[in-house]
Amino acid sequence: MSDIQTLEKTTLQVRRDILRMVHKVNSGHPGGSLGCTEFFVALYFELMDFSLPFSMDGKNEDVFFLSNGHISPVFYSVLSRRGFFPVDELNTFRLINSRLQGHPTTHEGLPGVRIASGSLGQGLSVALGAALTKKLNRDPKTVYVLMGDGELQEGQNWEALMFAAAKKVDNLIATIDLNGKQIDGSTDEVLPMGSIKAKFEAFGWEVLTLKEGNSIPHIVDTLQEAKSKLGQGKPLAVLLETEMGNGVDFMMHTHAWHGKAPNDEQLAEALAQNEETLGDY
Amino acid sequence: MSTYTNQGNKDTRSGFGVGLAELGRTNPNVVALCADLIGSLKMQTFIDENPDRFFQVGIAEANMMGIAAGLTIGGKIPFTGTFANFSTGRVYDQIRQSIAYSDKNVKICASHAGVTLGEDGATHQILEDIGLMKMLPGMTVINPCDFNQTKAATLAIAEHQGPVYLRFGRPSVPNFTPEDLGFEIGKGILLQPGRDVTLVATGHLVWEALEAAKELATEGISAEVINIHTIKPLDDEIILNSVQKTGCLVSAEEHNYLGGMGESIARLLATKNPCPMEFVATQDTFGESGTPAQLMEKYGLNKNAIVQKVHAVRKRI
Repeated sequence: MSDIQTLEKTTLQVRRDILRMVHKVNSGHPGGSLGCTEFFVALYFELMDFSLPFSMDGKNEDVFFLSNGHISPVFYSVLSRRGFFPVDELNTFRLINSRLQGHPTTHEGLPGVRIASGSLGQGLSVALGAALTKKLNRDPKTVYVLMGDGELQEGQNWEALMFAAAKKVDNLIATIDLNGKQIDGSTDEVLPMGSIKAKFEAFGWEVLTLKEGNSIPHIVDTLQEAKSKLGQGKPLAVLLETEMGNGVDFMMHTHAWHGKAPNDEQLAEALAQNEETLGDY
Repeated sequence: MSTYTNQGNKDTRSGFGVGLAELGRTNPNVVALCADLIGSLKMQTFIDENPDRFFQVGIAEANMMGIAAGLTIGGKIPFTGTFANFSTGRVYDQIRQSIAYSDKNVKICASHAGVTLGEDGATHQILEDIGLMKMLPGMTVINPCDFNQTKAATLAIAEHQGPVYLRFGRPSVPNFTPEDLGFEIGKGILLQPGRDVTLVATGHLVWEALEAAKELATEGISAEVINIHTIKPLDDEIILNSVQKTGCLVSAEEHNYLGGMGESIARLLATKNPCPMEFVATQDTFGESGTPAQLMEKYGLNKNAIVQKVHAVRKRI
């Protein structure tokens, strides 16, 4: 395992990237990006097995799909820091003629992205398809997908959940970013979903819950436990309890920063809380 | 006069089923999905011969489109099967984002298109699907005319890299194109040369156009008949060459005039060679229950309708 401290240093730089990207274009989604920073760093710097340069087919590699595409800043930062494309390209986020579109797309050929996402609720189905192809290809690697909790209000997810259990798709780990917040407020205010764990289990899934969803060592342990449970005929979900806006005190404990960029002063304050560790782009 | 003869009535969906079965034997990357309509889509032979390469997703078309997109990652060529209505309007955003915008090599195979679905009525008779699908960037849209052409198209789209919408139907209709004709995506077929009017037809209306041409010949009107099986990309050349000779055109399709093949042709003519044109198509209406023949008559989608439109367009020259 990589040094936990190294991974934690990486998260500080990824937070800086996220904040600077959304600040520059005064748009984008910092809240969920910051909340999932530890997950992405753990996934791409520790857990997933893949090779570069990127290949769309990802044969004999672990592959990842981002369903809640609006947290593109954390996805782009981690992909670039992990070597999928030059870090300098983060400068082009949401600008015209950029490969770093507001929401991720394959259309501009950005390495690391295998599906467009942004219109919510579609990622789990796509991940299931990729998992089925791995089975057909006798490819033993794992398919990962990240979904938001608010996104579970989309009905397509429940079609996919039903299918995954019925067809025993057991080479896939679906992580839910359980931050309890969406654009209009808390998920409980907008549309209470009851127990997501109970619902997934009722649909035939094995569910692991991680309360420390912003802790790298806990994420690594839980996802490794999830991996050890693959291949047993049941689809696997990890409910990751995260804090939206994590690492920037004034962005935490509120849904206000779901889709809002910091102004100059706010950026300075947020950056002061996150040390530059790998060099700003 | 037409050299095409009806080799016996068959449904176009069976052409799809036979083509898919052949692909099952010849292309190991072809996989198929269905949303609880195996019998209607004639997929059973493929399933019997390739059980591992078939996925029954149940009545969950949105999930089916997403799974199909994912299956392409790693090299599979997924063919989805359900009714045209549930292949397009019901899942438009899934197709738009996960398939078209994501450049996925998915073949969306849609049966029971148009009013000829018959007695089930308007809930199932989509007349807007060509428009929906041709508007998606990168989507190829194909509407074959008979059993043989549907089979040939099914084989051809497996070789084509990129998303395809393949539209076919439920009823038994004349099977008249040669079995060995092959299929070139984007290439129209000149079925019959003529001097006085160009008839451009797609799908079930192609046979009706040939029948109309026969009747027009008895009136001394020489009709050129073109089969456009690929609505997008449109074969501009075959249409422009024809109207340069005839000076007028009638389009014929089992679809709303808004968004259909005729509209694509009208755009071509307006920009390249303006000339009088008439549309045989539904007039911004839903369908209803009835037999296919009754519905084609009521909604102006048959030989008689084509002949009337030819008379109308020739008056405008």
